Amino acid sequence: MGIKNFTVEESLSRIKKIDSRIHAFLAINPDAQKETGFPVAIKDNFNTLSLETTASSNILGGYIPPYDATVVRKLKDAGAVIVGKTNMDAFAHGSSTETSDFGPTLNPWNTDYLPGGSSGGSAAAVASGEVPVAIGSETAGSIRQPAAWCGVVGFKPTYGRVSRYGLIAMASSTDCPGTLAKSVNDAAFLYHLIAGYDPLDATSSQSDLGKIDTRDLKTVTVGLPKQYFLDSAQKGINEKIQEAAKVLEKLGVKLIEIDLFNPQYAISVYTVIQRSEVSSNLGRFDGIRFGKTREAFNAENKRRIMLGTYTLSEGYYDEYYKKAQQVRTIIISDFAAAFSKVDLILAPTSPTTALKKGASQNQAMFGELSDILVEPSAVAGLPGINLPCGFIENLPVGMQLIGPQWSEELIINVAQKYEAATDWHNVSPKI
Amino acid sequence: MNYQPIIGLEVHIELATNSKMFCACPADHFGRSPNSQTCPVCLGLPGALPVPNKKAVDWTILLGLALGCRINENSKFDRKNYFYPDLPKGYQISQFDEPLAVSGEVKLEPQNSEPKTIRIRRVHLEEDTGKLQHAELNGEEVSLVDFNRSGVPLAEIVTEPDFRTIEEVDNFLKKLQKIIRYLGISGADMEKGSMRLEPSISLQIINEGPGQDHMIQFPLPNSELPKYRVELKNINSFRFARKALEFEFNRQKELLDKGESPIQQTRGWNEGKNATVPQRTKEEANDYRYFPEPDIPPMKFQTTFISKLRATLPELPDAKSLRFQKEYKISKYNSDILTDDRQIADYFEESVKVANSQNESGQEANIANWIINKKVDISEVVPGELVQQIVLGKQAAQSDEVELNKIIDRVIAENPKAVEDYNNGKENSLQFIIGQVARILKIKPSAEIITLVKNKL
Repeated sequence: MGIKNFTVEESLSRIKKIDSRIHAFLAINPDAQKETGFPVAIKDNFNTLSLETTASSNILGGYIPPYDATVVRKLKDAGAVIVGKTNMDAFAHGSSTETSDFGPTLNPWNTDYLPGGSSGGSAAAVASGEVPVAIGSETAGSIRQPAAWCGVVGFKPTYGRVSRYGLIAMASSTDCPGTLAKSVNDAAFLYHLIAGYDPLDATSSQSDLGKIDTRDLKTVTVGLPKQYFLDSAQKGINEKIQEAAKVLEKLGVKLIEIDLFNPQYAISVYTVIQRSEVSSNLGRFDGIRFGKTREAFNAENKRRIMLGTYTLSEGYYDEYYKKAQQVRTIIISDFAAAFSKVDLILAPTSPTTALKKGASQNQAMFGELSDILVEPSAVAGLPGINLPCGFIENLPVGMQLIGPQWSEELIINVAQKYEAATDWHNVSPKI
Repeated sequence: MNYQPIIGLEVHIELATNSKMFCACPADHFGRSPNSQTCPVCLGLPGALPVPNKKAVDWTILLGLALGCRINENSKFDRKNYFYPDLPKGYQISQFDEPLAVSGEVKLEPQNSEPKTIRIRRVHLEEDTGKLQHAELNGEEVSLVDFNRSGVPLAEIVTEPDFRTIEEVDNFLKKLQKIIRYLGISGADMEKGSMRLEPSISLQIINEGPGQDHMIQFPLPNSELPKYRVELKNINSFRFARKALEFEFNRQKELLDKGESPIQQTRGWNEGKNATVPQRTKEEANDYRYFPEPDIPPMKFQTTFISKLRATLPELPDAKSLRFQKEYKISKYNSDILTDDRQIADYFEESVKVANSQNESGQEANIANWIINKKVDISEVVPGELVQQIVLGKQAAQSDEVELNKIIDRVIAENPKAVEDYNNGKENSLQFIIGQVARILKIKPSAEIITLVKNKL
């Protein structure tokens, strides 16, 4: 059901019926039932006035914010009803939603599997039909990857396009609020409500939002970077994306094989920058003005804080943080060069379909390794969208379209046309 | 052994902007009820973001220009990470390696030593912390935090360690305060905390013993600075600054005389003990893990922008005093007093203008004297009124003189015996005549009267 005919009552009733099986929600808004409007779920790292906000961390258990994030305020002004707050990896430190301090979210397609993360709760809530649209956030992959694992549309705008005011910061230089929905239209609708300059966010852009893009796909060139079709990808993933590419080609798109910087190098760039910024952003959780004290950080939080402190410390700053920022510039130039040849880039979103429960516990850098294909565009601040493009053993496969800065309207155009020519978005999990 | 102090200063100025440095809360916090001027940003709540106060940036640049600095074309904010209960974010937004202004100088003319130039290393902009208060709650000693001050804009001025006497420090601080007040960017009041001082002092041996001359270069290259440095805090007035520096000089001298090196540390001035006491060992200095503030894009200043700002600089105290001496032909002493406060200086000039427009030219010295000596309340008496009073006073003095002469002549005529006695050497007769004159005028005998009478006899 699209956003236009999905009522709050239906949403609440659906949540009541199935959420115990997937645990997408941490908290339901007690006032929602009294309100009329379209239902939205909000990831729990966005401050919601008077509604508990925890970022899925024990540190913020019971924390009631005194203000709304700009994104939340804009949605309320537009008639949205916030149905509840969705589960995530604690402080967004993960790509599985398994490191939530309040229990994992499970994948609606198969509850033995994870929904991805860190916006796993939002992705699962949309995929399972609890809400038509949800707000998520992406630092590197946290919207696109759970969207891929849950078979929904996940839209990450350009960095600076949507205000971060009120979003509990993870990596300040890459955090992006974004939208998740079953259809491109609904994801785009929500995006248009939240995008735009905010005087409360000094990094938010005054760049023109651009008109709706109605270009004929015959005028569009899409690049396929061979470095993103990993040899180590799960069997079948690369093929699904190639099939999707053929669909686009049939629609008139010109396909070109391109070269991009090997995405493996972006892993360390992202890890160092993100963890450094995390180590500073989490300094405010001292238990004095709000929340619990630092013992309440989970193991993953502590690992990231420790590494980030190290990479900023005297004697190591130049070798790690500074060097990572310099390589980041190279990644940005690499994309800029590619976009002089193509309009958009097409690639798999994730090297695997959803992984089984427990998968995130096996590796110290599980998150950053899983997100290899989305990290380069994230550190470059570029917009990207995940679209469902098939299934492998009943688990969704996702493809991503990445565009240059401020190209959201072109991405929406191509995504809509792809969706109209396929049926994946009409398949729902039997839950 | 003889020593000379090597002193450097770090001065913080609270900028008198309307709002705080990174949020819209009022910046004027003195005397407000605790935690009544806060918001998610200055409380460091999760999700809050800083947005820089443009006026604070402009004013800091202006301050840099007034101190002869070069303004950096590229500048940015950085995070200074450390933990303290009055620092809500766990980091202070400050400036590290690209401050707004660098390499300036201030010229001093201390009374008891040679004119001197103090080099300004840098002027940068940062946010203030909250304020801790020690209290007793339910019989327990606690610290309370007030975040009204958190986020107030601070300009920080750092000098090179160029001071060699405490008088130079005093001189510099008074001059700096004057310049800042002239710019109108801060009250620069040490008692109210809008001007704070952290001097650093070490001692340099100036001769190893009798017969040895050690030439001290000025300025000292870094390699020749003493190997330790003591930073002083909790200094709330120019007087305390003097006392703390004097105490430190003696404390360090005693240690060095014994052959010990003073520890590198931070010490606080304790007025009750009349001494500095150790606060924390600087040896374990925090690694602040500075990195560029990702929430605030870097700043780039066009030369035209800097020129426009420079054009708004008011005439500064030194230049104004020199001009007053030249233009109005008043003494340096008077001119320095008049230009100590910009409002008084402006009032003086306005009065001179008024006087000239009323064809009462040449009144500059008089006006200066009146303002300085008669303690004119410049908020009550407008320049026009002052000029009138002076002119009337002059006329009154003139008519008084004619009248006075008449009376003296009359008394002399009426007392021929007294006059004869005085001319025969009787001093008392002079007193008698003067007394008579004074009695008639109903005033006390003045030097003027005495002279006039003597001349006529």
